[in-house]
Amino acid sequence: MIKTDILIIGAGPTGLFAVFEAGLLQLKCHLIDALPQAGGQCSEIYPKKPIYDIPGFPEVLAGDLVDNLMEQIKPFQPGFTLGERAETIEKLEDGSFIVTTNKGTKHHAPVVAIAGGLGSFEPRKPLLENLEKFEDNGVAYMIKEPEIYRGKKVLIAGGGDSALDWSIFLADVAEEVTLVHRRNEFRGALDSVEKVQHLKNEGKINLITPAEVVALKGENHLEKVTVKNTSTSEETDVEVDDFIPLFGLSPKLGPIADWGLEIEKNAIKVDNTYDYQTNIPGIYAIGDVNTYPGKLKLILCGFHEATLMCQSAYQKIFPDKKYVMKYTTVGGVTGFDGSKKEAPKAVVKAID
Amino acid sequence: MSDIKIKIIDREGVLHEVDAPTDMNMNLMEVVRSYELAPEGTIGICGGMAMCASCQCYIKSDHQLPEKSDDEDAMLAEAFFVKDNSRLGCQIHITEDLDGLEVELAPEEA
Repeated sequence: MIKTDILIIGAGPTGLFAVFEAGLLQLKCHLIDALPQAGGQCSEIYPKKPIYDIPGFPEVLAGDLVDNLMEQIKPFQPGFTLGERAETIEKLEDGSFIVTTNKGTKHHAPVVAIAGGLGSFEPRKPLLENLEKFEDNGVAYMIKEPEIYRGKKVLIAGGGDSALDWSIFLADVAEEVTLVHRRNEFRGALDSVEKVQHLKNEGKINLITPAEVVALKGENHLEKVTVKNTSTSEETDVEVDDFIPLFGLSPKLGPIADWGLEIEKNAIKVDNTYDYQTNIPGIYAIGDVNTYPGKLKLILCGFHEATLMCQSAYQKIFPDKKYVMKYTTVGGVTGFDGSKKEAPKAVVKAID
Repeated sequence: MSDIKIKIIDREGVLHEVDAPTDMNMNLMEVVRSYELAPEGTIGICGGMAMCASCQCYIKSDHQLPEKSDDEDAMLAEAFFVKDNSRLGCQIHITEDLDGLEVELAPEEA
């Protein structure tokens, strides 16, 4: 069981900055994120895009903002449970919470702050009639163990980096790799596109474009997929053991929607007049995941919400302790790792 | 300050005729959101970077639209429910030339 003061769900910019504000109050944080790396949308969707409205940064790349936040919170030694999705929450008698992930990892904390952005990123599924029947029966949306495809006939659909990269990788593992894409053009890294071209020329990848998968066939396990050439409308059956559609990820609010929280407009309602607490005391929602009158989904607003949330969390955890907010310029930053940052002291010395 | 008229058929099939400002640096996806013609969180998810297809719409009138960028083209190559007249609303800038434009919102991806 992982124990912490504030359990933050979502390791995007808002969740990361909450670690800093909590740290100033000597509160420890642990973050859960469904993605394998911190940074949320900034790392996953647009790391190379510039952001122009972070106060004090005329221009900063989303990926650099995440790097900077990670550096800023380092002294406060946050814990991370990455690549796991927060699945269930249980409120204990003492008012604290246990949050369990889809992989069974349990986290215990007196305060939970949901900084889940748009939700957790789930694979986009193609619209095929009997898709569900074949899930885990020949259809997979991500490749966890490439070895299971050894000696198999695999068909990958998609035109992005993951479709290209996995086609290249599996070309050496699987018996047969077929790549199907709706266009002749791919939008992956140039290097990957060239490699696929090379493997196609060598006969190691069977490339079908412009085409899409329109039907799945098989008794119990997937046996064939029907591929339709989108320019000629001609349909052909391809014998396969596995079909892996790689159409990217799309965010879903997911299990959090079933936690008994008040939801409005696909977001969690919070008290914006005070501390961004939800209808369940002890659970807060900050950043893009929350809503209130006048809400703006901006990173800078998430930072503000995280700051107020931490003050309220402190009072909740230490109801009897007196505390006033301290400026970092005055109090410096004392890390849990023993590091101390502070303004250089003025020197009092007479001048002769 | 000048507004243009745009006809938008929402995902329920209801037609709305709305005024869209040409001087607010807005795109079609933002017009739809400003009139709340689709629930928040179901449109403009990526914020307008042509990185999701939640603002996909079908162009019903024969207005001359700007060419698709490579990003928009690539996104539409991976989106669902795509037709020949599909565009991403976030890539369509509201200008006076678009007065009378008619569009239909594509279904929400499940």
